[in-house]
Amino acid sequence: MSNDIKISIRNLHKSFGKKNVLNGVDLDLYKGESLVVIGGSGTGKSVLIKCIQGLLTPDSGSIKIDGVEVVKENSDIIESMHSKMGMLFQGGALFDSLTVWENVAFDLIQNRKISKKEAKIVAIKVLRQVGLGADIADLYPSELSGGMQKRVGLARAVITRPEIIFFDEPTTGLDPIMADVINDLIIESAKDLGATTLTITHDMTSARKIADKIAMLYQGKIIWTGSVKELEKTDNPYVRQFIQGSSKGPIAVEK
Amino acid sequence: MIINFVETFLRTLGKPLVKFLASLGDLTAFVIKSIYHCFVPPFYFKLFFKQLLDIGFYSLPVVGLTTLFAGMVIALQTYSGFSGFKAESVIASVVLISVTRELAPVLSALMVAGRIGAAMTAEIGTMRVTEQIDALVTLSTNPFKYLVAPRLWAGLLVLPVLVFIGDIIGIFGGYIVGIYKLGFNPANYITATFEDLQIIGIVSGLVKAAVFGFIISMMGCYHGYKSKGGAQGVGNATTNAVVSSSILILIFNYLITEMFFSR
Repeated sequence: MSNDIKISIRNLHKSFGKKNVLNGVDLDLYKGESLVVIGGSGTGKSVLIKCIQGLLTPDSGSIKIDGVEVVKENSDIIESMHSKMGMLFQGGALFDSLTVWENVAFDLIQNRKISKKEAKIVAIKVLRQVGLGADIADLYPSELSGGMQKRVGLARAVITRPEIIFFDEPTTGLDPIMADVINDLIIESAKDLGATTLTITHDMTSARKIADKIAMLYQGKIIWTGSVKELEKTDNPYVRQFIQGSSKGPIAVEK
Repeated sequence: MIINFVETFLRTLGKPLVKFLASLGDLTAFVIKSIYHCFVPPFYFKLFFKQLLDIGFYSLPVVGLTTLFAGMVIALQTYSGFSGFKAESVIASVVLISVTRELAPVLSALMVAGRIGAAMTAEIGTMRVTEQIDALVTLSTNPFKYLVAPRLWAGLLVLPVLVFIGDIIGIFGGYIVGIYKLGFNPANYITATFEDLQIIGIVSGLVKAAVFGFIISMMGCYHGYKSKGGAQGVGNATTNAVVSSSILILIFNYLITEMFFSR
């Protein structure tokens, strides 16, 4: 069974100044699985995926990707990990100095020594997979709507066919229909690539739709994990309050 | 009682000091890391050339105007101060020395700091707060190599070229005032200028320019890279970049002058 673990996190701690954001996170991600981490704003969801990708250095704890420890290792190991990871950022994080297709093909051109002409063809093909036409390939990101930017971001994340994809609040800021389009694209591309995915969100509709397994992060710890079915039946008061979206319950709203 | 007072006193003194030392350490680490990545491939030549164009070519009009008027005003001031002496050769020599050693490097660097340092910080800072720098990392691209190194190389190499052009324009400014306003003999003025031409004066000015270029790019990148907190954060970072690079330029100007000319 342990062979199938893609990412294994143990006792992860991270604090900023006096504020403990991650307070001993334990989490396992199995190969091919879609795990969704839910939790309120400011509970450290983003910090968690930034630690896994080496964008932030945890204070203590262990993160193993394919059995290789990445915390406090030399940066070469983390850099080599990036070639098998892709990430869709919350705001898209498209490079605004580059055109849409240059964004999508960025990794191909910079790191995989593929000619510009070939890279553009591949980029347009991937753009088509996320439902965008070749006509927007030469536009700049600022000329696109929010939903289109998210789709370009998705295309950029999957073009290198990564084994692990991270989604940071993929549906935030989109209308319900566009959110559902993005959800479908996430499921589709994960299935197509056979990728392991880790999504963080507070959008329960999205979580229910794309998750194989759901984990809830509260006060820097994973307090509950289970399948979507188990989610509906759980009597964990924290989870119940969160999925019902109620201001009354054990989760104190920060003042 | 007294101990309490001393404790409070030390605490108010200590807090900013610790903060200052921490940011100094942070800056040092950033500088070392940046220099390391300047020498380790991959190199992004296209981005380097783009920066050469931005920092160098597009700064030419500003630097040209600055040094032209600097040379002109020095000629005029020197004339009003030294009119009793052998004016032609004195003025030619004062213009030459002050422009090549001080005015061209310092004024050009300050103008470029305002023009380029601010733009650099705003660009990198916006990339930071919109997670574009994180995106670079996840796309297996080191931001120090992709963003910082091309700017450092361009700043270091292009400022001496700019200042050299500034030297010529500044001396020409002095010449214009000398000939057309003060009525000197052109041939005598030019001879006097070339007689006083010293390699060390020019070279010290160009060394200064290289150091200033490095400072401008370094401060621009550092403050942009470390900015946080949205539009306001980027705004503050931009101000800090221009102020800190201007002050560093003036400090290093003194230090380099001392290195070259004091015995």
